[in-house]
Amino acid sequence: MNRITERGLVLFCWIFGLLPLLILSTVIVYLLIRGGSALGLELIFGKVPVLEALLGHRQVFDGLLPALAGTGLLVILALLLAIVPGICGGIYLAEYSSPGERRMLGLLFDIIAGLPSIVIGLAGFAVTILIHRLYPGRFGPCLLLSAMALAFLIVPYLVRSTEASLRAIPPGLRLTGPALGASKLQNIVFVLLPARLNDLIGGIILAIGRAAEDTAVIMLTGAVASAGMVRSVLEQYEALPFYIYYISSQYSDAAELQRGFGAAILLFTLCGLLFLLAFLLEQGISRRLKR
Amino acid sequence: MAMGSGLLLIAILLMMTILGWPLLESGRFLALFSTDWNPQGQSYGILPMVMGSLRITLLALLFSLPMSISAACLVELLAPRPLRRLLLITIRFMAGIPTVVYGFVAVFLLVPLMREYIVKGSGFSILTASLVLAVLIAPTMIIFFVNGMQSVPRSYCAAVDSLGARPMQKLVYLLLPQAYPTFLVGIVLGLGRAMGDTLISLMLAGNSVAMPDSIAESGRTLTGHIALVIAADFSSMEFTTIFVCGLTLSLFTIFLVLSIRLLGHFGADRVIKVEAPGKLAHE
Repeated sequence: MNRITERGLVLFCWIFGLLPLLILSTVIVYLLIRGGSALGLELIFGKVPVLEALLGHRQVFDGLLPALAGTGLLVILALLLAIVPGICGGIYLAEYSSPGERRMLGLLFDIIAGLPSIVIGLAGFAVTILIHRLYPGRFGPCLLLSAMALAFLIVPYLVRSTEASLRAIPPGLRLTGPALGASKLQNIVFVLLPARLNDLIGGIILAIGRAAEDTAVIMLTGAVASAGMVRSVLEQYEALPFYIYYISSQYSDAAELQRGFGAAILLFTLCGLLFLLAFLLEQGISRRLKR
Repeated sequence: MAMGSGLLLIAILLMMTILGWPLLESGRFLALFSTDWNPQGQSYGILPMVMGSLRITLLALLFSLPMSISAACLVELLAPRPLRRLLLITIRFMAGIPTVVYGFVAVFLLVPLMREYIVKGSGFSILTASLVLAVLIAPTMIIFFVNGMQSVPRSYCAAVDSLGARPMQKLVYLLLPQAYPTFLVGIVLGLGRAMGDTLISLMLAGNSVAMPDSIAESGRTLTGHIALVIAADFSSMEFTTIFVCGLTLSLFTIFLVLSIRLLGHFGADRVIKVEAPGKLAHE
């Protein structure tokens, strides 16, 4: 390889390698320039006084509160449904499974993790069709269905992150408990899990981010553009990512578009904060391990 | 529990097959792979969508590869030390940015630019969608490339360094030959992400069902098709196509994951250990 080719390659790397950063900053700057003026309490609560809106005395029609509440409730429900199977699955894979089992189940979870989110949404939707055929009743797309589909989406992430963090425990620590007479379960619950608690929480936070940003699943399972405040888990609801998608294709006036930009900034910030939190937890661990 | 999720996967596939069955029945099966989409004329070829998906995915990969490899080189070889860490953190952050935000910004920023300067017409085209998709899948691939380079044994690196190799020589003669299975896994995963993404192609590709003649034209992907037809009449034949599309996407995913596994085995014979694909999921 002569010098000129090499110089050329280095130059190429610098130009193209910094491109992602350039694009990221373009996105942030553009969002702030176009949507910065929308930021404020009015973005969320519209013209309704904050306290009355929060207490539910008055409906918010020109603010993001219903969408925020929908997304919040959705994420919490999905997490509640996913956390036990996710963590237990991870523990099983890391501590109890035989190598053959681990290979099979690992493959399975990889496939589920790799399924496009719209396929999972479609599966959720198919469930309602099948139920409808068997019992022509009132169970249609709703918040609960979305939460179930989202839970199915994030379980593989939880399983994998739990498994990885348990596997990373040094053998010395792993053997201390049993050496003192602890049973396998006691060892896991009192020694291994607490040792990697930060890691586990980091994984959960990233799963929350994943559930909060996903749009394809919820657009098939019950998110709608205007439903008002969420009242029950068996009704259709508004959600932040779906609102952004909806605005981009069918905004009617400048004020609505401005709210769309506000919503995009909000969602961006939300995911950024979740990332920061997970990152700081991870930093905490590596510092503790260095000591 | 774990068995349960396996059963769920099978249940999903079964459900898609049952609901898509009217179209999979004999006689109609081959007609699925025609280019003719015309619900009035009872022809439901999904080939335009399959081609749309493939084109957007491959183009996105093409745009993303130079960017990803270069960025990985910067992180591992070229950039000054403090900058490397910052770069890697930023790229990990980018992996978590909501897809819909990318799509939203692109609709108002990239589409007018495309309309003015590059593709004539509406600006919503296969090209537009694949450019944005390239940015979306880049972090995934960069993280994998960096992992691959880092897993080359220290002693090899030290040997090459002590021979006075310059960064690019190190890359071409040591890192690429040693770490290429991980690189391939990263590329396959990027492919899967691009194929499975709904929002970008739905928002930016224009969604016309005609077979696209060039990349500057509007096109529809399998994922976009599902999202668009879901609002149609439940009992119509058109509606059943979305389950066939879902099934196609699932089979594609299974194929990709299996090929990653094979690549992993292939790589295991060498010095490099390929990380489990699940690791990427929470990056």
